[in-house]
Amino acid sequence: MPARVVVLGGGVGGTLVANLLSKRLGRDATVTVVDGSGMHVYQPGFLYVALGQADALWLARDERTLLRKDVELVVENAARVDPTAQVVQLVRGGTIPYDHLVLATGSRIVREQIPGLVAGAHDFYSLDGALRLREALRTFRGGRVVIGVAGIPYKCPPAPVEFTLMVEELLRHKGLRSRSQVTLLSPLNRAFTVEPASKLVQPIMEKRGIELQTFFNVESVDPDKHTVSSLEGETVEYDLAILVPPHRGAKVLEDSGLVDDGGWVPTDRATLQHTAHERIFALGDATDLPISKSGSTAHFEAPIVASRIASLIKGTAPREAYTGRVMCFLETGNGRATALRFDYAHPPTPPTPSRMWHWAKWAFNRAYWITVPQGRIA
Amino acid sequence: MTTELPAITKSIDARGMACPGPLMSLIGAIRAGAVGEAFEVLSSDAGSRTDIPAWVAKAKHEMVAVVDEQGYARFVVRKAH
Ligand SMILES: Cc1cc2nc3c(=O)[nH]c(=O)nc-3n(C[C@H](O)[C@H](O)[C@H](O)COP(=O)(O)OP(=O)(O)OC[C@H]3O[C@@H](n4cnc5c(N)ncnc54)[C@H](O)[C@@H]3O)c2cc1C
Repeated sequence: MPARVVVLGGGVGGTLVANLLSKRLGRDATVTVVDGSGMHVYQPGFLYVALGQADALWLARDERTLLRKDVELVVENAARVDPTAQVVQLVRGGTIPYDHLVLATGSRIVREQIPGLVAGAHDFYSLDGALRLREALRTFRGGRVVIGVAGIPYKCPPAPVEFTLMVEELLRHKGLRSRSQVTLLSPLNRAFTVEPASKLVQPIMEKRGIELQTFFNVESVDPDKHTVSSLEGETVEYDLAILVPPHRGAKVLEDSGLVDDGGWVPTDRATLQHTAHERIFALGDATDLPISKSGSTAHFEAPIVASRIASLIKGTAPREAYTGRVMCFLETGNGRATALRFDYAHPPTPPTPSRMWHWAKWAFNRAYWITVPQGRIA
Repeated sequence: MTTELPAITKSIDARGMACPGPLMSLIGAIRAGAVGEAFEVLSSDAGSRTDIPAWVAKAKHEMVAVVDEQGYARFVVRKAH
């Protein structure tokens, strides 16, 4: 009988693992993806939607069209996982038994965890949020713009810096720059966590008159007074606040007792196995690994998960281990970008921002649909 | 000499994880934790030696210990408020 592999979540990580496994194992396994929406969303596009540079329609595709024919897709939310009985329960009552389970349910945003955030601030971390922010930017007539972080961990750590530089550019193009003040509220003592990248970005910010307020971790927002306060004890005023909301892991995993307090899966940094269940693997945003929650991380983890599950099914010794590989672009505005590439053994050494990296990011955005989910980029 | 460390609520192995980095991960744990709990982060990044104590002082938490290990350091912080 073929082995049964079930993948929860049809995002970047889940789609790629399912396609790689089906290609690798053929008739030796059945691969089933369970996804609540049945749509695959290209989240980096939210940023461009918020800035009015992209149409929301470009961001989503039918998950079925991204999966190999022999991968089964179940469009329904999973309600619970029972690791002892090895079954996934669906919200409408059905069950799917598994021999190996992959948790790729990503992260969800929980704005209500920060007092005043919903009423007082904007963000670009969901399609709705991005559309509301687009409208707020469209009607903005100048004032104090603050960009900050209201929860850790959050997806795509460079996004607030990128967004700050891009908003400043937008205000300049709209002739509103002289009437506006732009401030990045950084959780750390520099603009960005990777020090060499910060050294590239901070002079650009300075040149463009963008203020940097360091060690500012957003604790609350006062929508009436128009202020944001930090857990370090400081308060700033704003006319437009753009704050990354807090994230948590998927509720289904919390309800199944498979995660830590933040809703993240306890995951081995090399094997990507659940630390308490050897038949369960996790990747992408769902893990508790202190590595960036990014599509790139999910993309480089997927072949390891696929290869290790294939070894278990074939009864061979699993060889491949995740090396911590991540690669992402950082837009610095004015048509330039840099790249961050690193793994557990090699810290990033980002190149000087150039047009080449900007075009590389642009090409990647365009080519995403026909490359990443299918595993065409190694 | 061995340092007597308190019971650790959560240990984060951020060695080699340049992004979001050891300090950001520590801040995340402290945000989510309860007052009085101790958190530990392992870092192989030399910058942590200055960054972590600087944030702990600014945010008024307690730097319990910095322990040198082979190729990395262990930072223990108690959430003070
Ligand atoms: C504004 C923004 C910009 C970004 N920019 C970049 C970037 O430049 N580069 C980069 O690499 N990454 C970027 N990211 C991050 C990237 O989008 C995510 O890290 C990536 O999508 C994570 O992949 P994943 O497979 O773990 O989860 P996801 O892609 O989020 O997929 C999770 C899937 O699980 C499904 N699901 C959840 N719960 C259930 C359930 N109970 N039952 C069934 N299905 C369920 C969801 O429907 C979803 O399809 C950005 C994100 C944002 C928001």
